[in-house]
Amino acid sequence: MGMKFKSTGILPGFGLTMGFTLAYLSLIVLIPLAALILKSTTLTWAQFVQEVTSPRVMASYKLTFGASLVGALINSVFGVIVAWVLVRYEFPGKKLVDAMVDLPFALPTAVAGITLTALYAPTGWIGRLLEPLGIPVAYTPLGVVVALTFIGLPFVVRTLQPVLESLDPEMEKAAVSLGAGRWYTVTRVILPTLAPAWITGSSLAFARAVGEYGSVVFIAGNMPMKTEITPLLIITKLEQYDYAGATSIGVVMLVISFTLLLAINWLQSRTGVHRIH
Amino acid sequence: MEMAPRVDEVKTYPVLDPARALTEPRWVRWVLIAVALSFIALFLLVPLAQVFASALDKGMGYYFNAVREPAALSAVKLTLVAAFFSVVFNSAFGLASAWAITKFRFPGKSLLITLIDLPFTVSPVVSGLIYVLLFGLQGLLGPWLKAHNLHIIFALPGIVLATVFVTFPFISRELIPLMQEQGSEEEEAAMVLGAGGRQIFWKVTLPNIQWGLLYGVILCNARAMGEFGAVSVVSGHIRGLTNTLPLHVEILYNEYDFTAAFAVASLLTFLAVLTLIAKTLVGLKYEKSRQTPAAQAESGIA
Repeated sequence: MGMKFKSTGILPGFGLTMGFTLAYLSLIVLIPLAALILKSTTLTWAQFVQEVTSPRVMASYKLTFGASLVGALINSVFGVIVAWVLVRYEFPGKKLVDAMVDLPFALPTAVAGITLTALYAPTGWIGRLLEPLGIPVAYTPLGVVVALTFIGLPFVVRTLQPVLESLDPEMEKAAVSLGAGRWYTVTRVILPTLAPAWITGSSLAFARAVGEYGSVVFIAGNMPMKTEITPLLIITKLEQYDYAGATSIGVVMLVISFTLLLAINWLQSRTGVHRIH
Repeated sequence: MEMAPRVDEVKTYPVLDPARALTEPRWVRWVLIAVALSFIALFLLVPLAQVFASALDKGMGYYFNAVREPAALSAVKLTLVAAFFSVVFNSAFGLASAWAITKFRFPGKSLLITLIDLPFTVSPVVSGLIYVLLFGLQGLLGPWLKAHNLHIIFALPGIVLATVFVTFPFISRELIPLMQEQGSEEEEAAMVLGAGGRQIFWKVTLPNIQWGLLYGVILCNARAMGEFGAVSVVSGHIRGLTNTLPLHVEILYNEYDFTAAFAVASLLTFLAVLTLIAKTLVGLKYEKSRQTPAAQAESGIA
């Protein structure tokens, strides 16, 4: 970059820390990502479009984005209830439940994958109950939704919790003193205040779900055109030495992640909600 | 404070009773707690129970054999090595980037922060793919690496690189807001008193951010040990050589040795539970250390 960095501040170490930061960022992130973009430019535009819009790839987008959206919606509904209960009510075991919410962050995705598959397989603890009702979960798109709901669970709760905690109690009192009932206060005063954080948390869950691989591949069954997610398709193409195909889909995924990141950053800068991991 | 209303006034305007109007009716609270707990139980507790039930399916003997066989032990070793490097490298990066970003003003700062965040949203599979395209046989540097007999993909360096990539922002994103909040006054005071850069860092900054750093290290370590997608792409699945614990779980599972797969998975589940405990305990210390001196003084007065 031709930009000349000029620092203000009297402390030492700008050159050293900035140099290391930029070098490390370039080596680990920027140059490898550039390699992906560079590799994709060896294709013509028509080839690229053909790769990323073939029927099998289109089917995988539909599943990936559809299931991610449903998972994020499920989490947005239950996430707000869990956050509300954890912040507002007292019950035994509350601290334990609070700590457990992060389990999907801490549990390796492959473990989540085989565990959910065992649970929802036709002979599993939960699958056994759903099978007679005619609701197969494992090896169907519904299984993908279950996995993506699991890995997205902490995002909405953890984004909403600090916002709920910092809500000014005077606001609710004011609503009450103006004659609002509880239902009215919650739906017209509290929930609208939570909306930005709610959307942020749901978007984080969605973004995470779109790229997710480990927890999904076991439960999905991975049938082309039916239960094959886009990240898996990249691996399949790589294993077939179809580098053009893998690279093209990789670029599409990268552009989508970058767009989601910018959208979420924009949401956060507007709402002052800090990101969580 | 407002004056207590007379009894007949309360009867006239029951909706103004603040105690009732500031929380939900008892039955609503019960229903919400029940819904939240059922959701948590279904999605978190039942899977946890499933891991251990499946792991012990064939008894303790089978369990211990599965976690002690050579392939499992070499997977443990490789996982520890990859996690070690990603914690060390990303700690150094976290400290350097947070220092540069929070202690100085320069153009392009928000772009830099966005770029640091980027690995969070990149699919793990894409994270592995970029290294294959760079270092793989068909990759940009592939021919050169082959000529010099250097192995990155399907070898330890590739696994370390992919793990470092997926955990890249964890420590940095913990330290940047923390050091932003704390400001530079203490460091500047130390400098005025004649302290050098190294002294300022070790004696002033590090004690102030130690809990935040540890918190970031816990998150980074957990993700590093559990990473699957990115490592799966670059590892080549060479048993006993390039298999981390999560990859070993996958191999056992695909060989239909479910009990052994869950036995090895239970090790990773222990790790997850330990992570949650450590995260909660360190989180408490961290919150406390985060309170600014002004806030502490204020709460002391109140």
